[in-house]
Amino acid sequence: MIELSNVKKSFGSNHVLQGVDLTIDRGTSMVIIGGSGTGKSVLLKSVLGLVVHDSGTITLDGQDVTKADRDTFLARFGMLFQGGALFDSLPVWQNVAFRLLRGSLKRPKDEAREIAIEKLRRVGLKPDVADRLPAELSGGMQKRVGLARAIAAEPEIIFFDEPTTGLDPIMSSVINDLIREIVDEMGATAMTITHDMSSVRAIADNVAMLHGGVIKWTGAVGDMDHSGDPYVDQFISGRADGPIEAVR
Amino acid sequence: MSALLAPLGVLGRNTLGLMAAIGRVTLFALQTLSHIVRPPFYSREFGVALMQIGWLSLPVVGLTAVFTGGALALQIYAGGARFNAEAVVPQIVAIGMVRELGPVLVGLMIAARVTSSIAAEIATMKVTEQIDALVTLSTHPMKYLVAPRVLAALLVVPLLVGIGDIIGVFGGYAVATGTLGFNAAAYIKNTVNFLELFDILSSLAKGCVFGGIASTMGCYYGMQSGRGAQGVGRATKGSVEAAAVLILAANFVLTGVFFSL
Ligand SMILES: Nc1ncnc2c1ncn2[C@@H]1O[C@H](COP(=O)(O)OP(=O)(O)OP(=O)(O)O)[C@@H](O)[C@H]1O
Ligand SMILES: [Mg+2]
Repeated sequence: MIELSNVKKSFGSNHVLQGVDLTIDRGTSMVIIGGSGTGKSVLLKSVLGLVVHDSGTITLDGQDVTKADRDTFLARFGMLFQGGALFDSLPVWQNVAFRLLRGSLKRPKDEAREIAIEKLRRVGLKPDVADRLPAELSGGMQKRVGLARAIAAEPEIIFFDEPTTGLDPIMSSVINDLIREIVDEMGATAMTITHDMSSVRAIADNVAMLHGGVIKWTGAVGDMDHSGDPYVDQFISGRADGPIEAVR
Repeated sequence: MSALLAPLGVLGRNTLGLMAAIGRVTLFALQTLSHIVRPPFYSREFGVALMQIGWLSLPVVGLTAVFTGGALALQIYAGGARFNAEAVVPQIVAIGMVRELGPVLVGLMIAARVTSSIAAEIATMKVTEQIDALVTLSTHPMKYLVAPRVLAALLVVPLLVGIGDIIGVFGGYAVATGTLGFNAAAYIKNTVNFLELFDILSSLAKGCVFGGIASTMGCYYGMQSGRGAQGVGRATKGSVEAAAVLILAANFVLTGVFFSL
């Protein structure tokens, strides 16, 4: 279980997170929605300790993440970055199998390669991309390689930062199904950021809306349509007029 | 009054800033050393770094050294002629190359070639979140990116300096025997007899220090890079400036130390 309480983070005078409270239960899928630039990526990164929050506490299974042993803590996580963040000096399969080629999860090279190719298949990529360099792939393909890398070592907790942006509708639904499958079948805990409302409905058990540095609304995905919250209503219907300003 | 104090304020701030920077770099270097001696050791990254820093620097090192050795011979011949001492060309070329110019020129070339590329590569990785991705994949960036490069430079730059010394001396030899009318066998004999083991050891020791400076500055500036393309540009520029200045300063200090031994 991941628990954030009163988490704050500022970059200079830019107060991004202003007291975030959020709970993600083990084995559930939480989707974070919210306008561009509201701090969704910063929120994920602060759980992982990539961004150090200014105040408040983040706990994983009751233990403060800033005090946990970094190696065992990170070994439980997988993360898909918004920009893919593939290692451009390594071929695709070595990106995917990165964790399987070194450290505590190290295994023989051809076994790691086989797993990588299998994970690539799951994100809809053919085996022949395995030996290409990330720079030779399209944006959507890079995103999917990033996804394959995040799930390659089958971590308990997986963060997906906009897994379907830049993908065609068919590929998006393949990815949505994959994320759902990982939660249902492998019992993983997922936290996903997305702007795509059909993804929200396909992936989420629970939804949280980040706005103005705080969680404006959170609840089960089924309650989203009659939340009674004007921010959520405007966001899911995509109207330009409403409490959320169009310029921010 | 405040107008009079303003320059002092600037001086004070800059001094404090410089002290803080020295502290951060020192800390970074110590961390790097601690990562070099503790496992895991990434041998593939180390191999690539050896190749990049060592093997691929050979052409530029060789060319720099051969031209410098040649020019040195011409200068010493002309200078020596003013008091009938043309014959000292082999000795002065040898000592000038080995004790001073070999290490310094190789060091500066490494700063230009290796420091810049390390800084740009690591800074780009930082900007595109690849460093963050490394962390999430349970890999320590200092261990994976910094330690192999610095270790490779510490080991291979002395070697490059040794090769540069030899090629530089050969440049002097080629000019002296080709155009200045020196006897080939006598030139070699004079060079070999004149050089002491200590000259060569001090040359290699300088190479080791300069290699450490060049690679550490590249890594440090890369890891500290700001955001965006501008951040990468600044990191690259800063790393080369810092490495070049520190190499020349270290050379001065080391030369002083070696003379006092
Ligand atoms: N390292 C950083 N340094 C300074 N400011 C930052 C940094 N990272 C994020 N920010 C700022 O924090 C705010 C939130 O950024 P974040 O990337 O979390 O937005 P987001 O909600 O993920 O938006 P999007 O949906 O567009 O990805 C932005 O104003 C951004 O400029
Ligand atoms: Mg984002």
